[in-house]
Amino acid sequence: MSISTLLAALLALTSVAYIAGRRRAVVGSASAPIRTFHSLPGYYGGYVALWCLLPALALLAIWVVVEPIVLRAAVIDSLPPELAELPEDRFGLFLADVRNLVDGNLVFGAPDPAVQAAAERYAEVRKTSRHLLLGSLLVVGVASLVFALRRVQPAMRARIKVEKAIEYLLIGASLVAILTTIGIFLSVLFEALRFFRLVSPIDFLFGLEWSPQTAIREDQVGSSGAFGAVPLFVGTLLISGIAMLVAVPVGLMSAIYLSEYAGPRMRSWAKPLLELLAGIPTVVYGYFAALWVGPALRRLGDALGLEVASESALGAGLVMGIMIIPFVSSLSDDVINAVPQSLRDGSYGLGATKSETIRQVVLPAALPGIVGAVLLAVSRAIGETMIVVMAAGLAANLSLNPLEAVTTVTVQIVTLLVGDQEFDSAKTLAAFALGLVLFLVTLALNVVALRVVRKYREQYE
Amino acid sequence: MRMFRQATAEAMQPATTPRQTTAREPAPSAAPTYRTVGDHRAANPIITARDVNVYYGDKHAIQHVNLDIGLNEVIALIGPSGCGKSTFLRCLNRMNDTIESARVTGEIKLYDEDIYSKQMDVVMLRARVGMVFQKPNPFPKSIYDNVAYGPRIHGLARDRTELDEIVQKSLERAGLWNEVKDRLEEPGTGLSGGQQQRLCIARTIAVSPEVILMDEPCSALDPIATARIEDLIDELRQNYAIVIVTHSMQQAARVSQRTAYFHLGRLIEVGKTEEIFTNPRHKLTEDYITGRFG
Repeated sequence: MSISTLLAALLALTSVAYIAGRRRAVVGSASAPIRTFHSLPGYYGGYVALWCLLPALALLAIWVVVEPIVLRAAVIDSLPPELAELPEDRFGLFLADVRNLVDGNLVFGAPDPAVQAAAERYAEVRKTSRHLLLGSLLVVGVASLVFALRRVQPAMRARIKVEKAIEYLLIGASLVAILTTIGIFLSVLFEALRFFRLVSPIDFLFGLEWSPQTAIREDQVGSSGAFGAVPLFVGTLLISGIAMLVAVPVGLMSAIYLSEYAGPRMRSWAKPLLELLAGIPTVVYGYFAALWVGPALRRLGDALGLEVASESALGAGLVMGIMIIPFVSSLSDDVINAVPQSLRDGSYGLGATKSETIRQVVLPAALPGIVGAVLLAVSRAIGETMIVVMAAGLAANLSLNPLEAVTTVTVQIVTLLVGDQEFDSAKTLAAFALGLVLFLVTLALNVVALRVVRKYREQYE
Repeated sequence: MRMFRQATAEAMQPATTPRQTTAREPAPSAAPTYRTVGDHRAANPIITARDVNVYYGDKHAIQHVNLDIGLNEVIALIGPSGCGKSTFLRCLNRMNDTIESARVTGEIKLYDEDIYSKQMDVVMLRARVGMVFQKPNPFPKSIYDNVAYGPRIHGLARDRTELDEIVQKSLERAGLWNEVKDRLEEPGTGLSGGQQQRLCIARTIAVSPEVILMDEPCSALDPIATARIEDLIDELRQNYAIVIVTHSMQQAARVSQRTAYFHLGRLIEVGKTEEIFTNPRHKLTEDYITGRFG
């Protein structure tokens, strides 16, 4: 009997509890004067359902944690001593074999008789455990259901209790997001610290050479293992810079057009269309950059007598800029709309034209918010991966020439982790150090941007 | 708000404005022309409005209004909410252009130029007919730049010295100079409400208009700030023609020489202020000023 079946049974019991609780309130209030019961019947139903569900769910959660420990102990008890005294990692493998056999997964070769025996024991104990679990779940569920049902009385304030439970549910939901962020940060941080034990942070942050191939054999050629990340930072900044040169003017001007000039009809189709640009998968932008923009730039360069790499920073930056336009335009549009109409009236009332009003009154008033929008776009550009993987190349050239191929932090993270990698070499761990840097930079940018935007909002409220 | 704004693009290029017509169109609702009680003419008219009608879509917001705005006098427009007094005011410098559904017919002349004619440049018109709004709306710039805004866009100063002079003179006339002369570089939004409104008046004066339109300029101010603005209006009368919309009958009585009473889009009665307030000739005017409604 699997956990999901148990869960389904529990939910069925909960629905019964809801119906019973609600019914009791309805029946109770039918004979009494109106509004005798403190809350509406649905709240009593919810109250009983929660009482039925939560203790059982807690029991189930504890069981899920404790069961493997018990099973493991049971299997160890039944094993011949030479197996029980295996070292920790070998024993883990053995246990995995046992589990696979029980669950009917594919096992290589004919199963070892020891494994066979252990598996039988494992299955047996687990079966008992599950029966026990089902029994105790039913007992707990029904007992708390009956307990809660007896408490369905006119004076019991079910609404307040159910609303409180909803509040905790919502707190839990937001905690999931926050804890996940913290968890991701910590996991990246610990792996990065392992890397910094192998390579000093100074070499990593200020080294000018990036060549992460570490030698497996002593005499291997071309595996210097240099981890100076400066070329990657410069490449990232170069491509993001080019992207912003495209996205900021185009995005800002389209925001001005949409908010100040476009009529309602034009706006109603142009704005969603522009935002559609943000919905295109970045992989598709990647094709576009690699198959079309790159070669086109190269041909253009040939015609002008310039040497252009077919995977140039310029191509990747241009396409990334196009991808970011909707971020800039949509956020700036909101900010420009928040500038009070009275300021525009004041300017028109003095005989200013539309463009004078926009340049001298609306844009200065919206400037802090626009800065916030641009910062958010920058953090997006720095973290962007797919376009640069496909269009920016792998060579870690330390160069500010946009016509050459450069590589970025995100590209290197991808190449370091793709394929079969051992997780204790500096090469693999370097990806986490890069990830940490990326995370910190975008986090800082986001914090600053959000703060700027918020400060601006207060100004007109 | 959004949808209204785009009309301005056209308003700034009067040559291509198709919506405004000077021809007298028959009113769709064909209401009988109302004859205003009292004399709508002024001794020294700057603006003459004849048979002005304003429609918001199908709504006939202003009906057949005739009124003169005279030099060196303050005319108060009073009446209950929604009577059209602000709408009429905004016709005088074409601020209604920014409202897409608004349509104006009739004739409004600034001296002998028709302000709704195709030749009229709205930018020039608004420099000559300035406006002060209900809520103080200083730009998020320094006090100096707020006042210098108009002169700069109209090219009224040849160099910085001239601009400084204009700014100082405007602030002096608005009675704000002594309070702000040491902090001209501070943001105008940091001033108190009454100071902000005087800053907006200074900003309007700085482009040397001939007429100043004021749309309830004191409704967001406390009594002391209101008294200062009222004194200021009285002084400004020496050089400008002033039209003020107000909900306060005491204010109308205090600051104006002529009063016009609007009711449901019609100009009911117009005349010398003391006559309107002591001896109204129309029943509606009497009911309003004695506080029976409104």
